[in-house]
Amino acid sequence: MEQRIYLDHAATTYTKPEVLEEMLPYFTKAYGNPSSVHSFGREARRALDKARKRTAEALKADPVEIYFTSGGSEADNWAIKGVALANKNKGDHIITTSIEHPAVLDTCRYLEKEGFKVTYLPVDQYGMVSVKDVEKAITDKTILISVMMANNEIGTIQPIKEIGQIAKEHKVYFHTDAVQAIGSIPIDVNDLNVDLLSLSAHKFYGPNGVGALYIRKGVKIGPYIHGGAQERNKRAGTENLAGIIGLGKAIELAVENMEKNNKKLIGMRDRLIKEIMSKVEYTRLNGHPEKRLPGNVNLSFEFIEGEALLLSLDLKGIAGSSGSACTSGSLDPSHVLLAIGLSHEIAHGSLRLTLGDDNTDQEIDYVIEVLPEIVNRLREMSPLFAQDKGGLEYV
Amino acid sequence: MYSEQVMDHFTNPRNVGEIDNPDGVGQVGNAKCGDIMKVTLKIKDDIIEDVKFKTFGCGAAIATSSMSTELIKGKNIHEALKITNKAVAEALGGLPPVKMHCSVLAEEAVKMAIEDYLSKQK
Repeated sequence: MEQRIYLDHAATTYTKPEVLEEMLPYFTKAYGNPSSVHSFGREARRALDKARKRTAEALKADPVEIYFTSGGSEADNWAIKGVALANKNKGDHIITTSIEHPAVLDTCRYLEKEGFKVTYLPVDQYGMVSVKDVEKAITDKTILISVMMANNEIGTIQPIKEIGQIAKEHKVYFHTDAVQAIGSIPIDVNDLNVDLLSLSAHKFYGPNGVGALYIRKGVKIGPYIHGGAQERNKRAGTENLAGIIGLGKAIELAVENMEKNNKKLIGMRDRLIKEIMSKVEYTRLNGHPEKRLPGNVNLSFEFIEGEALLLSLDLKGIAGSSGSACTSGSLDPSHVLLAIGLSHEIAHGSLRLTLGDDNTDQEIDYVIEVLPEIVNRLREMSPLFAQDKGGLEYV
Repeated sequence: MYSEQVMDHFTNPRNVGEIDNPDGVGQVGNAKCGDIMKVTLKIKDDIIEDVKFKTFGCGAAIATSSMSTELIKGKNIHEALKITNKAVAEALGGLPPVKMHCSVLAEEAVKMAIEDYLSKQK
């Protein structure tokens, strides 16, 4: 294999060298516990405060509103369970969407077993939630709305500001999973009327195992991990200091470079989509054509299956992902692709390529050259292609 | 996660295609589940002279299709009917547990094609 091309940045990103460089001293030299009184502890505390300030600035929030967690999944779990449990005397109803990340969906399903009621809003063919649907779903028992800022599979960007406005008018807490959005979408929690926001460092060139939950001052939410005074008594456990330092540096860089990066990514993304769709017949773009993450390409190729496609791409050095059942470990393809109305057979043939700041135009050229050959080869093997060249019916 | 043999049969599948005027045809699976296999046979005096397959499915589905055609080619149909999905999986150096159902598909498609041939002989 001559070259390897990483097009799975929505799964995880590499850690930027300048991020790692800031982290390293906190493993070996400045390793104090931020809760300690001595100079080692104070040094660690200062670094922790700096990371919190950087994170707050990236969201236009106040540092006291930033709570570090072990990642995006923990932040989602905490936001939803924390608000639900702390507000159950006010109501038992939660509104979310059918295309959320499993960290939100499975948490909501868990709460249903505990007696809460959850509305899972549908989305349109582009994966867009209707603001009107959100408003209609609100009852006097609704305590929380949770809608992701941008979808991890198809990249569709949701009308967060409009939903935030409605949540505010109805005095319902509003949480958004912004894990895929940091560094791609400008965020101002006050402008967006967001009360809680989840993020994860390894999606924006920071380290794994660290994330944060923004909690607006005054939001009623209980602690997530009991057992210590860390994170303002809400999330016990000695801080993952080096990780948090990395998050702080990475989010600062992500916001700084956003405009430049987005421009580059959108150019590569649109070229990839256009070229592949013109070269390969019976292909559809999943997600919104414009309101989508700068690095997200999600295509369905009829008559073939996604895992075979991924294996073939991998043999050519190209790393992507798929919503096919064979890659999810279950019998059903991606819930997101089904929610936008794709039939099972077309969802099985999906391919997600997510671009990042290390990708080059030459790499995109190579994908444009190789991918159509792979699709054609698999189609020649497929009994469906010969039987039904007219295209399968969309549901 | 896949053995070398699986990757070999996935990368260079044997006997891909469809036989014109086949003596037996078998097609199993459905697109909803993400895998379909179609087998066509040329049979003379109960010997499988030629076999071709087409498969819509994952890497394991394509590899098991390919291997099962290899295993039955040139065999007497009664011998071919005795080839189990386990034998196909073993010949491929094993399959991940979640992929064992793909080998069942290959076994069923072959059986259906042979039974199709037998039903035409009556």
